[in-house]
Amino acid sequence: MEKFTIQAQAKEPLGGERSEAVTGVVASGNLEILFERNKDSLVVTVEVMTASHGYKPVWDAVIRDFVERVSPGGMHISIHDNGARPDTVLLRLMQGARLMEAQS
Amino acid sequence: MMPDELISALFPQGHTISPGAENTFSGQARVAGKTVEVLGIADSTPLGPETALVLAGRVLEIVRLRSGAPIVFLIDTASQRMTRRDEMLGLNEYLAHLAKSITLAGVSGHRTVSVLYGTAAAGAFIATALSTQTMVAVDGAHPSVMDLPSIARVTKLPLDVLTEKAKETPVFAPGVAPLAATGAVSEVWKISDRQCAERLAALLAEGGQDDADHRDVLGASRGGRKMAADVARRVEAAFTHDATVSEAR
Amino acid sequence: MIPKNVMSEPSWYESSARARIEGLLDSGSFEEILPPQSRVMSPHLALFDLPPAFDDGMIVGRGQIDGCPVAVAAQEGQFMGGTFAEVSGAKLVGLLRGVAHSAGTRQGVGAVLLLLDTGGVRLQEANAGEMAVSETIRAIIDVRRAGVPVIALIGGRAGAFGGGGLVTACCSHVVISEQGRISVSGPEVIETNKGVEEFDSRDRALVWRVTGGRSRVLLGGADSYVKGDVGSFRKAAAQARNSTPSFSLETLEREQERLTERLKLYGSCHDTPEIWRIAGLPEPEGIADMTEDDFMSLLAKEGLHHDAR
Repeated sequence: MEKFTIQAQAKEPLGGERSEAVTGVVASGNLEILFERNKDSLVVTVEVMTASHGYKPVWDAVIRDFVERVSPGGMHISIHDNGARPDTVLLRLMQGARLMEAQS
Repeated sequence: MMPDELISALFPQGHTISPGAENTFSGQARVAGKTVEVLGIADSTPLGPETALVLAGRVLEIVRLRSGAPIVFLIDTASQRMTRRDEMLGLNEYLAHLAKSITLAGVSGHRTVSVLYGTAAAGAFIATALSTQTMVAVDGAHPSVMDLPSIARVTKLPLDVLTEKAKETPVFAPGVAPLAATGAVSEVWKISDRQCAERLAALLAEGGQDDADHRDVLGASRGGRKMAADVARRVEAAFTHDATVSEAR
Repeated sequence: MIPKNVMSEPSWYESSARARIEGLLDSGSFEEILPPQSRVMSPHLALFDLPPAFDDGMIVGRGQIDGCPVAVAAQEGQFMGGTFAEVSGAKLVGLLRGVAHSAGTRQGVGAVLLLLDTGGVRLQEANAGEMAVSETIRAIIDVRRAGVPVIALIGGRAGAFGGGGLVTACCSHVVISEQGRISVSGPEVIETNKGVEEFDSRDRALVWRVTGGRSRVLLGGADSYVKGDVGSFRKAAAQARNSTPSFSLETLEREQERLTERLKLYGSCHDTPEIWRIAGLPEPEGIADMTEDDFMSLLAKEGLHHDAR
């Protein structure tokens, strides 16, 4: 298991009212992501725990892409990964952000 | 074959235990001047539908008598019988029926104690020894969920790595000590101690007034299951007190 | 774009445990206990270098069906095969104990819905998982004694195997779909231990004939048969809670009779078509190939009813 934390600065806080959301499942080639909301902040923190070793640069790139697209300021994101491909990771991140943005 | 040495060690005041169908045996014995029902399975017999029905049928007869007599189960089974035919016939129902029957006896005023004197594994372990209120292990007991080579196959870990890991934690290794640590086995007796009869009498005298299942608490105090009791307690408390919201924070 | 009619009927088999709960309960009624953000996770998977899940693959809580309060527990079959383990098992056991102890109070519920989807005991935590199965069985019986029915819903990817098979048969009522499978030893385990001539686990048709939903409901291992969509499971769960056997000596005596009779009638059969022939079903060879509608009308015609469980 490899663990690391990636931080990024978003331009805007993520909208919506939900305090947390979970998406995905820790199945083979899949991952689960837990979104939690920090108070008024633009910082995005992503804690990654992954079964695939040596891919931190790829995670960096995917998360940068995600932050760029969605601007998820104030999100604390925790990931349990079981070998998901980068496109799956991005898809789940986008799903999670959409859930958080839902009203109530 | 009946475990004669164990039977005489447990019941020196006399008994009428005799062999029955499907490698089972049954009868009555005297413990501390009172009658107890005895029921057993011998010869490491894999538990199939036939054996489960014989045992469950006898348990239900005993409950029907409403004598309230304690029931002592002497267990040397194996795993559940592994055949296509048994699974096709619904082996899960037969094993569950036995588990339910033994549990029914326990909640109907019969003190239920199992004495494990041989092997018991997987579903057969659940349906027999683990369905009684209290489990005791004696000489020759070897409880398991699955043997280490099979666990190695499923987890895709080399056997020597697994054997090494088993030394660090009682949570998956077979045997009396790890299962005692998780709360499955209450007491470990030695036949040569000559104290089995006395200890059985003491266990039966405890009575079964308290129906609650405390095996997770025992597992926590022995360090073999550090989280289970606490997690179960938290969920129960949240459910009964409608504290789901505060529990979530 | 997914066509609307497919979207409106999500498949139980394909859905995650959370999606099943969502589709089963009244919208917005689910209150989860120890949800993902509580991070109550397996302490044992790290030893095997395996990633944990925030909910350990077990989702428990309370909600409503048609306005009636129910307790619900769902296994995520895609995580570690939906296995019974220390934490996942304790969540289920705690829920069941809560239901038993709150029966008849303001916190009481009308039924427990068990969305089983499990390969059995998690071998990395074998002893804790085995204990969890045993404690679950005892807790189910306490719930039933308290007068609350426990309804098993079987139709997930992992089926209900190992201890999950025993847990299923301890419930008051079992709902199953064609894809649902119930067994103790899985076909692979039997093949590994006894050889391919005993059970060829790659013969999918055979596996389904032996363990699958149609065989189980015909033989008495399940009480209700539904099409594999979430809505059908919801309807069956809502109906089932009204007609379940109590847990009593009389019920178990009837079960003893029922299981003895089954063994007497079919004990020498080698495959399910032989059983259906003895049972006098039309087209015993064709059961597996019937359409869902034909199979369901066959069930209705035969009037199969297994009340003793």
